[in-house]
Amino acid sequence: MHAANKVTQCADDWIDIGALDEIPRQGARVVRRASGDIAVFRTLTDEVFALRDRCPHKGGPLSQGMVHGRNVSCPLHDWKIDIDTGIAVAPDEGCTARYPVRVEGGRVYLSLTPEERGSNGSS
Amino acid sequence: MKERLVLVGNGMAGMRAIEELLRIAPDKYDVTVFGAEPHGNYNRILLSPVLTGEKNFTDIILNDPEWYATHGITLHVGKEVERIERGLRKVVARDGTSAPYDRLLLATGSSPFMIPVPGRELAGVLTFRDIHDVEAMLGAARCHRRAVVIGGGLLGLEAANGLLRQGMEVTVVHLLDALMEKQLDVTAAALLKASLEERGLRFIMRVQTEAILGDDRVRAVRFKDGTEIAAELVVMAVGIRPNDALARRAGLHCERGVVVSDTMQTYDPRIYAVGECVQHRGQTYGLVAPLFEQARVCANHLAELGFARYAGSVSATRLKVTGVELFSAGDFQGRDGCEEIVLKDAGRGVYKKVVLENNRIRGAVMYGDTLDSAWYFQLMRDATDVASLRDRLLFGQAHLGEAGHGDIRSRVATLPNSAEICGCNGVCKGAIVEAIGDKKLFTLEEVRAHTKASSSCGSCTGLVEALLATVLGGDYSTTPKNKPLCACTDHTHHEIRGAIRDLELKSIRAVMDCLEWKSPDGCSKCRPALNFYLLTAWPGEYVDDNQARFINERAHANIQKDGTYSVVPRIWGGETTPAQLKAIAEIAEKYRVPTVHITGGQRIDMLGVKKEDLPAMWGDLSAAGFVSGHAYGKAVRTVKTCVGKNWCRFGTQDSTAMGIDLEKLAWGSWMPHKVKLAVSGCPRNCAEATIKDFGVVCVDSGYELHVGGNGGVKVRATDFLCSVKTPEEVLEYCAAFLQVYREEAHYLERTAPWVERVGLAYVKQRIVENEASRRALASRFQYSQRFAQVDPWTERANGVDRHEFIPLKLVG
Ligand code: SRM
Ligand SMILES: Cc1cc2nc3c(=O)[nH]c(=O)nc-3n(C[C@H](O)[C@H](O)[C@H](O)COP(=O)(O)OP(=O)(O)OC[C@H]3O[C@@H](n4cnc5c(N)ncnc54)[C@H](O)[C@@H]3O)c2cc1C
Ligand code: SF4
Ligand code: FES
Repeated sequence: MHAANKVTQCADDWIDIGALDEIPRQGARVVRRASGDIAVFRTLTDEVFALRDRCPHKGGPLSQGMVHGRNVSCPLHDWKIDIDTGIAVAPDEGCTARYPVRVEGGRVYLSLTPEERGSNGSS
Repeated sequence: MKERLVLVGNGMAGMRAIEELLRIAPDKYDVTVFGAEPHGNYNRILLSPVLTGEKNFTDIILNDPEWYATHGITLHVGKEVERIERGLRKVVARDGTSAPYDRLLLATGSSPFMIPVPGRELAGVLTFRDIHDVEAMLGAARCHRRAVVIGGGLLGLEAANGLLRQGMEVTVVHLLDALMEKQLDVTAAALLKASLEERGLRFIMRVQTEAILGDDRVRAVRFKDGTEIAAELVVMAVGIRPNDALARRAGLHCERGVVVSDTMQTYDPRIYAVGECVQHRGQTYGLVAPLFEQARVCANHLAELGFARYAGSVSATRLKVTGVELFSAGDFQGRDGCEEIVLKDAGRGVYKKVVLENNRIRGAVMYGDTLDSAWYFQLMRDATDVASLRDRLLFGQAHLGEAGHGDIRSRVATLPNSAEICGCNGVCKGAIVEAIGDKKLFTLEEVRAHTKASSSCGSCTGLVEALLATVLGGDYSTTPKNKPLCACTDHTHHEIRGAIRDLELKSIRAVMDCLEWKSPDGCSKCRPALNFYLLTAWPGEYVDDNQARFINERAHANIQKDGTYSVVPRIWGGETTPAQLKAIAEIAEKYRVPTVHITGGQRIDMLGVKKEDLPAMWGDLSAAGFVSGHAYGKAVRTVKTCVGKNWCRFGTQDSTAMGIDLEKLAWGSWMPHKVKLAVSGCPRNCAEATIKDFGVVCVDSGYELHVGGNGGVKVRATDFLCSVKTPEEVLEYCAAFLQVYREEAHYLERTAPWVERVGLAYVKQRIVENEASRRALASRFQYSQRFAQVDPWTERANGVDRHEFIPLKLVG
């Protein structure tokens, strides 16, 4: 039961980013890239999601926020972002890119190709 | 057999004397009361609000017939005593009812004065003295339109305002060119007139009434200058005359009233007199405060205690017109040798004048803002030398020496316990505060019942309510607020803390399960709060949840807008050394810190550090002897100090050492919000101790402790907690204060709003008045510090939470 189940598009650039245990529950870790960091979140129930590490508000690093349910509160001005969709929780508006991620045998795999919005049918 | 006491005059002064007597000698007399009015005793002062419709008659009854019955008093209402047979020692009423006495008390009040003009007997011409008059006015207001009030004094204006509120067109006619000339100076009178005109009252000044015209009912009023004004109702409010007719007929010595001695006895020692009918040392009185003092003295003598003396009163006046703030006392006109200090703020509609003679207040007039009237009145009666307050006198008590804002609650909070709150009944702040605490009073009604404060004219009601609010804090509220902590729960902060303690919950999970949290793992609001409540309740036992902390606390550094962090090492008491400065300089260079800033908290901030570099940088700082400054935490932050007596020519104590000791005591402790301390070496207060959560101002005799201040968005000056003599005491009081705050404040509630919510009196009670409570709090603080004073930077430099500081993976 992880986000990758919902991936509809096929990505061929999956990479192994580490063990699930290296990400704290209700927390996040960063995958650092020259073209911009990706935040990988782990919820209380071990769901894993990945978003571009930039808040739609003013670019705050979402990886530094607090994870509760399927939301992360941005550390800079406390916007709530849905980590499943990358969309800001109302009344705030905006979204950040979402990356396919899956867990297999205790390891976390991330695709570096962002999903196209709306393709996964999530609400 | 009991002695027989007869009271003639069932009014405010006489009945107050009986109440006082019952309190001190309940079984001494068989009491009989005669009253000409057909009711029990009621609060005459509140006839004005009955006239405006703000109250009704039942609201103002002081003693109903049952009260008389339960106290074994024989009450004759509607019976006017016609004569006193002093030889036979009995009184006889008009209808023949008689009663024998051993002692007699006369309290016949006064009668309104009627100007002897033709037409004064016409229907529709009234006075303003009793409930009967008020009922007649209310009746007239229902079927007539125009009213004329003759007399622009206190009573006349209250009558006029009442009739206006009843929908009549009201004109006040006054002999002089300024209203309330006995109580106001020209400026205040003009302000008052303007404000009453704004409400719709009309005035005709400097006119003398010549006749009242009409056939059966009044139709118009004619003045000496020949002009006329139409009216269907005329209220005469031109003055009162002591009602001494009965006494005169009985041959008692009377001048302007019944003459009494300092023991309230007339020339016949069996006969006492109190109230408006009395003349004492050449003075007559027309306000309840002095009359109640007379009643107290009289009761003392009737009880044969024999020590009280009445020496006359200074009285103060207020006008009971809702929305008009007016106060006057003493000799407000001044005379030769007097000086006036005046404040006039036309914009706010405020005028204050204080008349001084030899640096003592002789009189005061205030219009628009009367909050400090009790204070001025006190200074005046105590003949306090105000030379040192002079330049700030008119700004009020709350502005003495601090930048406090002038809202009513902080102003009553600054009043000394001896300050009189209720002028009518002479009740001081201390007595009210004590009653609220001891008798567990929560409402205005209860305070009235137990202390009599605010039970007479009611103009101190606002002050009493403010006192309730400051003493009870959150408990005093018309609508109890039971706000849940956040949307994840229905429980309040208070309930949650109670559950954590009573059910011995030691982790966030346990709390959420036990209290049936509505969300699986809370939110960014409740999780940090729960973590904090757990750590205060169970230091050393609870399970800290790093994921329930904001990033700054999790990373032990402040996140900046670009995602980098800042590093602020602790600089104990703001004092550093060249060696420390060199170490910081080298570390800043080594990690290429873009900005080094001297903070507002007397330390050094290195800004723009990459998260990955933090542990190594901390390792270097730690090696150089630094620990975290907790600039990021809901925790004790800085302790600012000044150089104090080691260097400063004004310093009284070693404020720097005091500050360092405080910081060593308190560093590392987590708090509901950030906490800042300061120690100033003298009252010049260079360390700004009076806008800190806990501030110390050194003085020759020791240390003054202040609490509940902050700078920031809403500046609040501290409340003065107490003075102590030794540094050890400062540490103990500080520990106790921090502990009571962390145990009881809501998470994210800084000390200032917390102190306002629970009330300074409560804080004092926990820390100053109750030594055992203080000791216990301080030792709980010390205990929890054993677990808290571990430098988080050194730990992390040695590998704790390593994952927090490095990326999971580097790509490309
Ligand atoms: C660094 C510093 C400014 C400076 O360069 O001088 C500073 C910087 C910040 N202040 Fe401050 N305050 C600093 C001294 C002050 C002072 C002065 C003082 O302490 O004497 C005040 C007013 C006094 C007071 O607190 O009562 C002050 C009142 C605030 C407030 C308003 C607090 C309030 O109760 O209204 C905030 C906002 C808050 O805490 O919610 C705030 C919040 C902040 C934050 C934490 C804002 C944030 O969340 O990012 C800033 C973090 C800076 C950082 O990353 O290091 N800062 N701040 C000062 C650090 C002092 C230190 O050595 O630790
Ligand atoms: C409308 C109004 C507003 C006021 N506002 C204020 C105020 O804001 N602040 C303030 O301090 N003061 C105020 N006063 C004044 C205050 O009410 C009086 O000072 C106070 O009531 C006087 O008390 P007393 O007992 O001397 O007289 P009263 O209260 O008048 O009592 C005397 C009683 O004796 C009765 N009586 C007289 N002769 C006889 C007799 N022969 N036999 C039997 N009974 C007799 C009368 O009927 C009366 O009931 C106000 C007064 C009025 C009328
Ligand atoms: S507080 Fe007083 S002692 Fe300290 S530096 Fe200022 S003036 Fe000097
Ligand atoms: S940058 Fe995220 S809330 Fe402002």
